[in-house]
Amino acid sequence: MNGWFSRPASETQISHGRRLWLYAVGGLVMLFLVIPSLIVIPMSFSDSQYLSFPPQAWSLRWYENYFGSLEWMQATWTSLKAGVLTMLLATPLGTLAAYGLHVSRTRLGGLAMLVLAMPIMMPLILIGIGVFNVYVQLGLLNTLPGVVIAHSMLALPLVVLVVASGLKSYDMNQERAACSLGASRPRAFLLVTLPQIRFSVVTAALLAFLTSFDEVIVALFVSGGQNSTLTRNMFLALRDQIDPTIAAISTVMIVVTSVLLALSQLFGRSDR
Amino acid sequence: MSGIAPSSAPHAALLHRDGVREHWTLFSLSLPALLLVFVMLVVPIGWLFWLSFLSDAGEFSLEHYRRLASQASYARIFRTTFEVSLVTTALCVLLGYPLAYLLAQLPRRIAALCMIAVLLPFWTSVLVRTYAWLVLLQRQGIVNDWGMGLGLWQEPLPLVHNLAGTLIGMTHIMLPYLILPLYGSMRAIDGDYVKAAANLGASPSRAFWAVYLPLSLPGLVAGATIVFILCLGFYITPALLGGGRVILVSMRIATDIELFFNWGAASALGVVLLVLTVALLYLASRLAGFERLMGGAK
Repeated sequence: MNGWFSRPASETQISHGRRLWLYAVGGLVMLFLVIPSLIVIPMSFSDSQYLSFPPQAWSLRWYENYFGSLEWMQATWTSLKAGVLTMLLATPLGTLAAYGLHVSRTRLGGLAMLVLAMPIMMPLILIGIGVFNVYVQLGLLNTLPGVVIAHSMLALPLVVLVVASGLKSYDMNQERAACSLGASRPRAFLLVTLPQIRFSVVTAALLAFLTSFDEVIVALFVSGGQNSTLTRNMFLALRDQIDPTIAAISTVMIVVTSVLLALSQLFGRSDR
Repeated sequence: MSGIAPSSAPHAALLHRDGVREHWTLFSLSLPALLLVFVMLVVPIGWLFWLSFLSDAGEFSLEHYRRLASQASYARIFRTTFEVSLVTTALCVLLGYPLAYLLAQLPRRIAALCMIAVLLPFWTSVLVRTYAWLVLLQRQGIVNDWGMGLGLWQEPLPLVHNLAGTLIGMTHIMLPYLILPLYGSMRAIDGDYVKAAANLGASPSRAFWAVYLPLSLPGLVAGATIVFILCLGFYITPALLGGGRVILVSMRIATDIELFFNWGAASALGVVLLVLTVALLYLASRLAGFERLMGGAK
């Protein structure tokens, strides 16, 4: 152990012992990052209305509250539907765009890429009220298609970026070979290229789902009534009071997100 | 794929025309996606631009912008937004740089494990994390409980529904956006430079300040810009943790619409916010490169 303290820790030749403070700061920052995401889980099993930690008594009452509430269930159902439909709309559109821009090397490609990246650069509040204004005219307010179309636009940049990076590590000559052997371009894409970038496409699809499932601001303005999303209801509930039911919902959301990301990691690994 | 298949009339001009046509066919595959962004983003925001230049009577005017410039309440909101964004960015740099530095020097396997600490909050819903802070920071919350239990302070501190809560929550949410691009660029730094500095007699701290820090600056600029821009337009966390005491531009936009249906005022505010965002993005992409910015936004 003594040896470790005096051994150089980096290229600056500083010893481990002299930068213990850095390890301490790093550890504290990691705790700061992780604790809020994790603390919700034990609290959701607490019996008490006033959330203390560690909980005095355990119970499942907040889960009963959540799963027993028609309103929360309806909102959850809306969010799941919106997420799946967003995935189904944004993934093909984004994949096609990424592919088209990758193989056609026109000068407009860079500009198109910039346009497709715009949704993650704009302030969300602006998109929220802008889309709200358009939907008022189109009668799409408080409808599921309205939420799905808006969320698909928000998910597009992620899909395009992920699929484009998948295409970068794919050897386009394989598709050319298929074409020269007589396959049409769409056939070559479907039979040769797509199977090889499928992991990027699956990752992109999962991210599209998550984008929609987690999105709050646009849903706040655009969804409502029977088609109010889970996050919208959570936001409105939190604005009024701190209801521990939210802890149960949060735990469910953390589980859903973790499972999806673990899946995407599994798929992503085998891509290389 | 006629561009490559042998043609019966191998005229260069014909081949060229075929190639051009094919490029455009392939390019057109991106049109549905571009159309979606156009209809759902360019049109709505263009419309807001238009609304911001209409007076209440429906004529072209600059009255909304004039009001923005003349009313003290707007000046206060912009100042608050800037101050909160600046302080949050500074806190992120202060907390994020040491961690990114540490992670970049750990063996890759351990760093990947520690990276979970950065990615877990990154992928946890902003709403969930904001809720967690509401619970942690409230009067009878865990932070106050433990702080008083350890004798650090005697009375419960007002940590939430005020500026302190807003800053803590925003810093927590923004921190991964700083660490991820910074970590990426630190990993790309060639360790030999620093080794050379040490070899030439630089003390560890001097080697860090004179060699390592300047090399990590582009990543730091990229991360800090992303954080600052996201802060400027941030809504959820300040709305929930600020308790109405910290009014940012985004919150004023929302109340202008929700309560007053004042589209002109909200649009003008939005346009100013957008112009600031685009200007900052442009500046940062000049400084740090567009690719790096986009890499960080993932």
